[in-house]
Amino acid sequence: MNAHVQGCTVSVAKQAVPQLVRRESGQREVFCGLTGIVWLHRKIQDAFFLVVGSRTCAHLIQSAAGVMIFAEPRFATAIMEEKDLAGLTDANDELDRIVTQLIARRPDIRLLFLVGSCPSEVIKLDLSRAALRLSQTFSPAVRILNYSGSGIETTFTQGEDACLASLVPAAPPMGTGEDQLLIVGSLADVVEDQFVRMFEALGIGPVQFLPPRNSTAMPAVGPNTKFLLAQPFLADTARALEDRGATRLAAPFPLGVEGTTTWLRAAADAFGVDPALFEKVTQPNRARAERALVRYRDELAGRSIFLFPDSQLEIPLARFLSRELSMRLIEVGTPYLHREHLAEELKLLPIDVALTEGQDVDLQLDRCREARPDLVLCGLGLANPLEAEGLTTKWSIELVFTPIQGYEQAADLAELFARPLVRRAKLVA
Amino acid sequence: MQLTVWTYEGPPHVGAMRVATGMQGLHYVLHAPQGDTYADLLFTMIERRDRRPPVTYTTFSARDLGGDTAELFKTAAQNAYDRFQPQAMIVGASCTGSLIQDDPGGLARALNLPIPVVTVDLPAYQRKENWGAAETFYQLVRALAGPSAPAPGAKRPEREAGVRSSCNLLGPAALGFRHRDDVTEITGLLAGLGIDVNVTAPMGATPADLARLGDADFNVVLYPEIAGQAASWLQRTFGQPSTKTIPIGVSATREFVEEVAGLAGVDATAVLATSSTRLPWYSRSVDSTYLTGKRVFIFGDATHAVAAARIASDELGFKVVGIGTYSREFGREIREAAKLYDVEPLITDDYLEVEAKVAELQPELVLGTQMERHIAKRLGVPCAVISAPVHVQDFPARYAPQMGFEGANVIFDTWVHPLMMGLEEHLLAMFKDDFEFKDGAMPSHLGSGHAGPARDVPAQAGQASTSSIPVSDIAVIWAADAEKELHKIPFFVRGKARRNTERFANENGLATITVETLYDAKAHYAR
Repeated sequence: MNAHVQGCTVSVAKQAVPQLVRRESGQREVFCGLTGIVWLHRKIQDAFFLVVGSRTCAHLIQSAAGVMIFAEPRFATAIMEEKDLAGLTDANDELDRIVTQLIARRPDIRLLFLVGSCPSEVIKLDLSRAALRLSQTFSPAVRILNYSGSGIETTFTQGEDACLASLVPAAPPMGTGEDQLLIVGSLADVVEDQFVRMFEALGIGPVQFLPPRNSTAMPAVGPNTKFLLAQPFLADTARALEDRGATRLAAPFPLGVEGTTTWLRAAADAFGVDPALFEKVTQPNRARAERALVRYRDELAGRSIFLFPDSQLEIPLARFLSRELSMRLIEVGTPYLHREHLAEELKLLPIDVALTEGQDVDLQLDRCREARPDLVLCGLGLANPLEAEGLTTKWSIELVFTPIQGYEQAADLAELFARPLVRRAKLVA
Repeated sequence: MQLTVWTYEGPPHVGAMRVATGMQGLHYVLHAPQGDTYADLLFTMIERRDRRPPVTYTTFSARDLGGDTAELFKTAAQNAYDRFQPQAMIVGASCTGSLIQDDPGGLARALNLPIPVVTVDLPAYQRKENWGAAETFYQLVRALAGPSAPAPGAKRPEREAGVRSSCNLLGPAALGFRHRDDVTEITGLLAGLGIDVNVTAPMGATPADLARLGDADFNVVLYPEIAGQAASWLQRTFGQPSTKTIPIGVSATREFVEEVAGLAGVDATAVLATSSTRLPWYSRSVDSTYLTGKRVFIFGDATHAVAAARIASDELGFKVVGIGTYSREFGREIREAAKLYDVEPLITDDYLEVEAKVAELQPELVLGTQMERHIAKRLGVPCAVISAPVHVQDFPARYAPQMGFEGANVIFDTWVHPLMMGLEEHLLAMFKDDFEFKDGAMPSHLGSGHAGPARDVPAQAGQASTSSIPVSDIAVIWAADAEKELHKIPFFVRGKARRNTERFANENGLATITVETLYDAKAHYAR
């Protein structure tokens, strides 16, 4: 057993950053970036996402969304057919026809994303030019932007990154004046509201969010913008904001009590909040969250976990699981490791943690079976097969659909990991 | 381009996966980008399969496109062979894979693997899932059974006396609607007739099993959408006749028994005499009189839709008010069935068009796919599922075939239970003015703490969406006495009465609904 089993590696791990990263390429058992549409369309309530792709794209989003709650959701696929592949002129004409049809049908839409896919990228259908062309027709009623959610360029949550990066040029410039805090990355509304109250109490505000809940409420961006990433997968968005003069506040991500506190503190420090005030404002929430975590620590402490790559949340999750719940990390996979954005997280991981970037799913499954972890975090394609082999699993996709950030959700997040183990212990048949 | 909100069928390579996943000892190497692995969860989650589909995805990315994606394919295929040691392999490309024109078949041949490697070339921009499944199964059958085909023109040898007749069961696959239980039911039915099943395929078959398909005397085509093409090749090549009757429903099952008995040269009398199904008696029992003329809308794959229409009309006494399918390949079958019931066939894969049709026809029961279940739920119409595309609920823990005599029992229950029971309907009418029986009064077993259901909301054009369904074009006003009269109508039909009356008022340009309008509308919609 390693030293960090007992959860006492804090002082050791603070100093050095795990250096050894296994890089794998091969079959990846992950979604492509189109999947982000499933939560992004709920977040930006007047936006429509039109995927320009194949029947596979339409089928993917439908399967990932799981249930058809909405008769006409605010997403759809323009399915390319044989004749669209023959000539790009025709494809552009067809796209114009579809967009016109769509906007006529949905007059409530203010923002339309043309979303590129694998086939549209391969045939080099230029959606940025299409967006420009169509904007001229439909402006100012509808703003038309584009980004790529294709699997050849984006893995799962990178689709959100591409979407938000495409929004940045649409943000109005900010006048000179006081610094403003911008929170970047989609969060559940309830979590956003909690953070707003917290920042208000700290005297930081008004705080703005990207993505906004409504496209007409785009935050202003400029040199006075200081931004905190709420999600670890926003490399392009951060770069686009920095190009507009904004400054990123380095911090771990707001998962768990520790992550939330250090994330809030990064903003408090940048905005010159008195440490005593910070302590006074955060202490009650911290204490409440820690109380709520206790019973899950009892369930999870000392248990081993293997994290398959999925959403790029794996490293912050591993930090939370190892430091706040005393779980043992067997392997932490991530589809992509952004060393700069994850720097504060990596410092908090056990020094000898096994990190894997990328995936060769068969080899990774071999390692997982060999290790026989108490719990496996993995995608839906792997979960039932691993359960059938006697392993206990937690679906990773739930972590992007469930509010898990902030103090009030810290115990909910822990519960997601405890539940499969509790369930397995309950079932006798 | 085609604007699509929800799709009935996936791309053709998903059809190929349904064949490969149904089989054993077969591996599928698919030239596809990252993300196409989503299809695995259809099998592991919807069907709760306990192992991953036997599919290797080459997972090329943008940076590979400038380099050597062909090499990537070869490595993936070789690794898949080394790791899984399949008896045979199929290779092909997904929609994006086909655009980079790497020729998976040629690349796989260059590997000289010591097993049969079958290329499935699926036109992803023209065809869909069922077609992909049929083509894949056909290519597999041709490649694996072909080597043992008799010389062209050679006459099929007569079966020796005393040898039992045998057949193949063709069509069941992964993610099929009740295929698992249909196979059990039909295998049992055939056993009762003294007919052996030589091979069931694709479900459960190995490549070696496919190689001996020619040994059977004839083929039972359970699902023409998947097995039709392969069966007609087997007929041409091995002289094996195929069944035409789909044994769904009591009459069809009896005809099926006679058909297979004829093909096998056995006597069906005993099986037909002893076979028991409760559907005919349940349908004749007096409680079922309320089923008479219930307006039913049917949509699904052609095989299940045609069978459902026949049962609905001839075995339950419903009235078929609409029939349709999402599979254009089987449009002819639906058009023929539509003629029988004197309705317009609906052949479309546009979900919104189906929804508009259901709203227009106002059926009392919808028999459809999971997509129609959603439509029916939104429109407040009872619904039963009869066809793929499937949902986790379509893989029940219990035995629930659609085919054969037990299938008929299952169908009776499944279709009738969503409807208000006959006697219940009479009692509700009788007691409608009782003080304890009123709007919002929940069934007593739910206790008094429950709030009543919000049943009588004015008709709107679908919340949270701008639905194309024209319900109220202009706002009509209900006169107070008409509103009062409306409330005398039992609550469970009141919503429909309100909608019909408003539609009638709209169509007749009436701004105010009076008691007279209410009864005019009732007469207008009376059947």
